[in-house]
Amino acid sequence: MGVLLWREFGLDNVMNQCFGNEFDTSGKGRQMPVHFGSPAHHFHTISSPLATQIPQAAGVGYALKRTPARQHSIAACYFGEGAASEGDFHAGLLLASTIPSPTLYIARNNGFAISTPSTEQFYGDGIASRGPGYGIDTIRVDGNDVLAVLAAVREGRRRCLEQGRAVLLEAMSYRQVAVGHHSTSDDSFAYRARSEVEDRKRIDNPISRFRLFMESQGWWNAEAEEELKTRLKADVMTAFKKSEKFQRHELGELFTDVYGGEEPWNIKEQREELTGLLRKYGEVWEPWRTELAKFKNAGQDLLKR
Amino acid sequence: MHTTKFSARAVKRLPSVVRRWNSTSAVEAPPAGGHAPSIATSQILRTTRESALKTPGLAFADEDSSGPSRTIVGGRETRKMNTYQAVRDAMSIALQKDETAVVFGEDVAFGGVFRCTMGLSEEFGRERVFNTPLTEQGIAGFGIGMALMGHTAIAEIQFADYIYPAFDQLVNEAAKVRYRSGGSYNVGGLTIRTPTMSVGHAKVEQVPIDDFELPLGKAEVLVPGSDLTLLTWGTPVYHCETALHMLSSPSPALEKLVPESLRSVKIELIDLRSILPWDVETITESVKRTGRLVIVHEAGMTAGVGAEISAEVQKRCFLKLNAPVKRVTGWE
Repeated sequence: MGVLLWREFGLDNVMNQCFGNEFDTSGKGRQMPVHFGSPAHHFHTISSPLATQIPQAAGVGYALKRTPARQHSIAACYFGEGAASEGDFHAGLLLASTIPSPTLYIARNNGFAISTPSTEQFYGDGIASRGPGYGIDTIRVDGNDVLAVLAAVREGRRRCLEQGRAVLLEAMSYRQVAVGHHSTSDDSFAYRARSEVEDRKRIDNPISRFRLFMESQGWWNAEAEEELKTRLKADVMTAFKKSEKFQRHELGELFTDVYGGEEPWNIKEQREELTGLLRKYGEVWEPWRTELAKFKNAGQDLLKR
Repeated sequence: MHTTKFSARAVKRLPSVVRRWNSTSAVEAPPAGGHAPSIATSQILRTTRESALKTPGLAFADEDSSGPSRTIVGGRETRKMNTYQAVRDAMSIALQKDETAVVFGEDVAFGGVFRCTMGLSEEFGRERVFNTPLTEQGIAGFGIGMALMGHTAIAEIQFADYIYPAFDQLVNEAAKVRYRSGGSYNVGGLTIRTPTMSVGHAKVEQVPIDDFELPLGKAEVLVPGSDLTLLTWGTPVYHCETALHMLSSPSPALEKLVPESLRSVKIELIDLRSILPWDVETITESVKRTGRLVIVHEAGMTAGVGAEISAEVQKRCFLKLNAPVKRVTGWE
């Protein structure tokens, strides 16, 4: 999401995807929240299963190399230290080093995959130690040091282009999302000490560290910090409130994009089946009527076909 | 850095966030469908000890399985459990009775993301109930290896769509090892668990507390009938129950759409229970009596399990059918 915001995807697009509403351009409300995607921002749509992007990114890098106008571009691929346990990780790095493909692999090692600490994820020396095994230039960086990450990514990109093959970067961090839980149904205090999380939040946190650096340079102060926090919070809430009011995509979108080109008979028949059901029950059956109102044009796109 | 927030794995559990948002944005609760039964109020659920103990095919491990089928319910206790509690209970029994049994998978040690292994690692130790790295092909292969050694391997695949990386191990290895080794090796001791039913936790039933088994390849007739066979499995069992209720006693809004003549039809509702082997005998016996078959499943129609059953039933019951077999399935 950070990449997308940096590339001016915008909070509205983020929120619309999370709500899966009619303005969700990432996937027409078909995917779960945080599954962003945008060709305009050169951002491949996120998929739920883990690590599938890693071998794909090797293919993307190779395609970039073979596209005359894109020869100064590389593929960047993000994943966590947990995903690096999937077979796809090994397949992807092997391909990106052998074929080879200018792909920058950015592993974010924050120590936890849901409840599983990295000590149960690997016995070796993290993710970085695997790079040399695949013949890939590798760097491990303090992921909580914003400037160090920037420098490492720049150098990684330079080497990708210079050598035309993959580079692996491991950013060492510590999961500290807001209150520190993986998601709302998670209670991370079941497997992490409260004091440990608090200490990390206070001392070794990329945001507070960068703020302290800026303050020490005289570029930032408590007042600016407060102003920024307030403004960002307001921006997020505005986007949130706007987004939650929108309807869903048209109901007929259920049947689009299954295949490209001419639509086969099975999809046509299944759409007609739904249309027939709508015609019969859409008005009279209250639960359906209520549900239909949530879609743009309330199912009329199907009924008027 | 909000690192895991960006990963697909993290958002797997975000539906709960969405639910919370909904509850604060004046979106009404899902319609209950009038007074029709839903999963929470289903008549099919075994909510009494007696009905639980009369589950067809139920066999207790300490009874002689060659004996007559179970009709006596004396001497056995049941307890109220939801799906994940029942799964946890079964694994606890396996771990107690079988020294070779182990339970493993992603985030299993802290209780599992669906809470199926709550307390098991504390009770049986981390050597027997343990986390694996995030590698489904590894989990399946590891389980196969243990099972090949005659051990009991109980593997969890965290979410249903995570199982596909394991398919090489499952299809090319687990399914074929007995055959390709000429019967020298088998993985009979391997169990792969994946989630079922998005609202499975709401399903509360009485469950026998002793060590018991239910048969594979045996369907269960939930509602007897004579005019049409309605065959399903998994979550749609409860949708079918609701549909039967709506057909026999339509709400005022639907009365006009449900002809009187259809309201008294006797529909036989069958839960297939296992997909392979599937209970061809029970299904064909039923269809020969009713002359009609409707198959309901969640997966898409094309090349779905319904297609297989439909082909077999049309072959075996061709002269008894009064209508083509109908499939009601997920859209593709």
